[in-house]
Amino acid sequence: MRLIKNLLKSALKSIAKNKTRSLLTSLGIIIGVSAVIIMVSIGQGASAQIEEQISALGENLIIVFPGSAATGGVKLGAGTYVRFTLEDVKKLKEEGTLFNGVSAIVRTGGQIIGGGNNWATSVLGVSTDYTKIREWPIKEGEFFTDRDVVGKRKVAVLGKTVADELFPNENPVGERVRIRNIPFTVIGVLSEKGQSPRGTDEDDVILTPYTTALYRLKGGRYIDMILVSAVSKDQITQAQEEIRTLLRESHRLHLWQDDDFRIRTQTEIIERATETSKVLTLLLGAIAAVSLIVGGIGIMNIMLVSVTERTREIGIRLSVGARSGDILIQFLSEATVLSLTGGIIGILLSIGVAFLINRFTSLSALINPGIVLLSFLFSGGIGVFFGFYPARKAANLNPIDALRYE
Amino acid sequence: MAYVIKMDSITKIYQMGEVKVHALRGIDFKVNEGEFVSIMGPSGSGKSTLMNLLGCLDTPSSGEYFLEGINVNSLNKKQLADIRNHKIGFVFQGFNLLPRTSALENVELPLIYDRRGRIKNPRKAALEALDKVGIADRGHHQPNQLSGGEQQRVAIARALVNNPAIILADEPTGNIDTLTSVDVMTVFQKLNNEGITIILVTHERDIASYARRIVKIRDGKVRKEIIEENPRDAKKDLEELKKGQAFEEEIQ
Ligand SMILES: Nc1ncnc2c1ncn2[C@@H]1O[C@H](COP(=O)(O)OP(=O)(O)OP(=O)(O)O)[C@@H](O)[C@H]1O
Ligand SMILES: [Mg+2]
Repeated sequence: MRLIKNLLKSALKSIAKNKTRSLLTSLGIIIGVSAVIIMVSIGQGASAQIEEQISALGENLIIVFPGSAATGGVKLGAGTYVRFTLEDVKKLKEEGTLFNGVSAIVRTGGQIIGGGNNWATSVLGVSTDYTKIREWPIKEGEFFTDRDVVGKRKVAVLGKTVADELFPNENPVGERVRIRNIPFTVIGVLSEKGQSPRGTDEDDVILTPYTTALYRLKGGRYIDMILVSAVSKDQITQAQEEIRTLLRESHRLHLWQDDDFRIRTQTEIIERATETSKVLTLLLGAIAAVSLIVGGIGIMNIMLVSVTERTREIGIRLSVGARSGDILIQFLSEATVLSLTGGIIGILLSIGVAFLINRFTSLSALINPGIVLLSFLFSGGIGVFFGFYPARKAANLNPIDALRYE
Repeated sequence: MAYVIKMDSITKIYQMGEVKVHALRGIDFKVNEGEFVSIMGPSGSGKSTLMNLLGCLDTPSSGEYFLEGINVNSLNKKQLADIRNHKIGFVFQGFNLLPRTSALENVELPLIYDRRGRIKNPRKAALEALDKVGIADRGHHQPNQLSGGEQQRVAIARALVNNPAIILADEPTGNIDTLTSVDVMTVFQKLNNEGITIILVTHERDIASYARRIVKIRDGKVRKEIIEENPRDAKKDLEELKKGQAFEEEIQ
C-alpha cells in the first residue's frame, strides 16, 4: 500500500515538474474527450427533442394521406379515388377494431370576426375523436358531439391563440364568431398546446365538425386526410394493416392495384429524422474517437521521451531495490494520471461548451452522466494502453546499463 | 566463521561488437562478517566491474557468487532486487542521487521498495540515517544545493538506511578533497564498528589504509592481499588535519 502510494506520488510529482509539457501532452485527450461528450450530448439532445415532439403529437398516431405512394402519373390515372370520402371515414370508424379514435381532417381557413376583433387563422374540420387522438383536452366549455357532426351544425371550438386574439378579456364560450361571414357559435376553448414540431403555433386554429367544414365552408366532397390512433403503441403495425384492408375494400381495389393512399405513423416520421441525426452523431463520434487515439499516441510519445530522459533515475531506483514491476507501475500510473487529467479537463470543457450551446444556439446538448463516466474511464484506459509500451521499456532496463546511461 | 561474501573463479566478459573485453579473469574473493576491505588497482583493472557484481547490479559470465550462503546465480530478477534492497547498500563514485529531490526523499528511496514493512516511519528512519552521517540539518536541500562531500554523505545515508549487512562503496572519495575524504572515512569506520561489512574501492593508498585488509587487483585478477596490522584512525587524522588547517590560516 505504501509502495503504491509512493509510486503514485512520484508519478504526480514528475507530471507537476513538467506542467507545460504535461498539459500539451494531454491536449489530445482533452480535445478527444470533450469532442466525444459534446457530440453525444448534441445527438441525445436532438433525439430528446424529437421524442418530445412525438409525444406532443400523440404516440399512437397514424396519418392516412390520399394518393399513391408510387407517384407515377400512369398509376394515378388507374385509380378513381384520389381523396377520401365520408364513407371511408365511416367504414374505418365502424369496422375498425384496433383503433382508439378516427378523425377526418378537412382543412380550410379564412378571416374570422368575433368580439369586435378580426383574425386570420386556419379552420380544421374534424371528428369528435380529434381531441382524444391528439390528447388535447378542452379547457372551457365543451367539444362538439356526433349530433353536431350529423347536423352539420355551425359550432366552433377555438384554439387558445384565437380565443386570446378575439376575446382578450372575456370568456368566448357562448359568443358568436363569423367565419368567412358565416356565423358560428363558440362552444369551447382548447387548452394550450404550444408549438408544433415544425415550429408553427398549434393553438392558432378553430375546430368545427368536419361535415360543417365540408358542406358549409368548402363546398366540396373530399376529406384531406384521416387521423387514426391505435389502441396501443404495440398494436400500431396491426392497426396500419387494418386501415389498409378497410380502405382497399372501401375503394374496391383489385389485387393487382396499388394502394391509392399512404399510411404514415409518427414513429416512421420520427425514425427518418433520427436516422439522419444518428448517422451524423456516429460520424462525428468516430472523428472524436480518432482524436482520442491520436491523444493516446501523444502520451505514448512523451512517455518514451520521459523514459529515455530518466534512464539514470530508473537505474538508481533499480540499484536500491526497485523491482521491474515497481518501475512498470510508476510509469504506467504516470501515463494514466496524465490521460485521466486530460479526461477530467475535457469533461469540464465539454460541460462548459454544452452550456454555451444550450444558451446561444437552437441546438440542445444533453450531457448524460453515463457518457461522462464512460469517457473518464476510457481516457484512463487510453493511458494504460498507450503507457504500457514505454513503461515496459523502462521496467526491462538492466540496472547497470541504466546507471551507465549518459 | 561464515563468509558474508564468497566468490569462486568469477569472470566477466564484455562483448563490444566483435571484440571481447575480459574485465575479470577468475576472481576468488572471500569476506568475513564485519570486515573492512579496501580494493585497489590501476584504472581499468576491473574494480568497478567486481563491485557491480558484488552489488547484484550485474551478472558474471561464469563462476559462483555466494552472498550470506545463497548462490546469487540461482536467483531471479525479483529476488535480486530484494537482495539489493535488504542486504546491500551501494555508494557510487558519482553519488547517483535523484535530482530535484530532497536529501530526505533520496534517503527514503530504498524504504519505499521494502515490502517487509519493518520500518514503520520512513521519514524518521531517513532523518536518523542523515544524522548518522552528520548532515541532519540538510534534509530539505536538493542535491544541487549540497557540496560534493554532503552529497556523498546523503548517498551513504541512503546506503545504510535499510540496515544492510554490507556496504559497497566504489571510489566514494574520488570527487572530494582530502579533508572531506577523511571526514567520510570516519563515517565508514563508525559504521564498521557497528558491525556492518564494508568493501571500498579506492585509488589512494592513504584512503585504503583505513581498512584492515587491502586487496590489490590487476588485469581482472587478485594479485596481492595486504593485512594492515594498525589501520589508520580516521577520527584522529581528521582532528590533526583540522588543527593543521587552523595553523595555516593563522600564519596567513
Ligand atoms: N559496459 C562495458 N562494456 C565494455 N567494456 C567495459 C564495460 N565496462 C567496463 N568495461 C571494460 O572492462 C574493464 C574494467 O573496467 P572497470 O570499470 O571495472 O575498471 P576499474 O578498475 O573500475 O577502472 P577505474 O579505476 O578507472 O574506475 C575496462 O577495460 C573497461 O574498458
Ligand atoms: Mg571504476
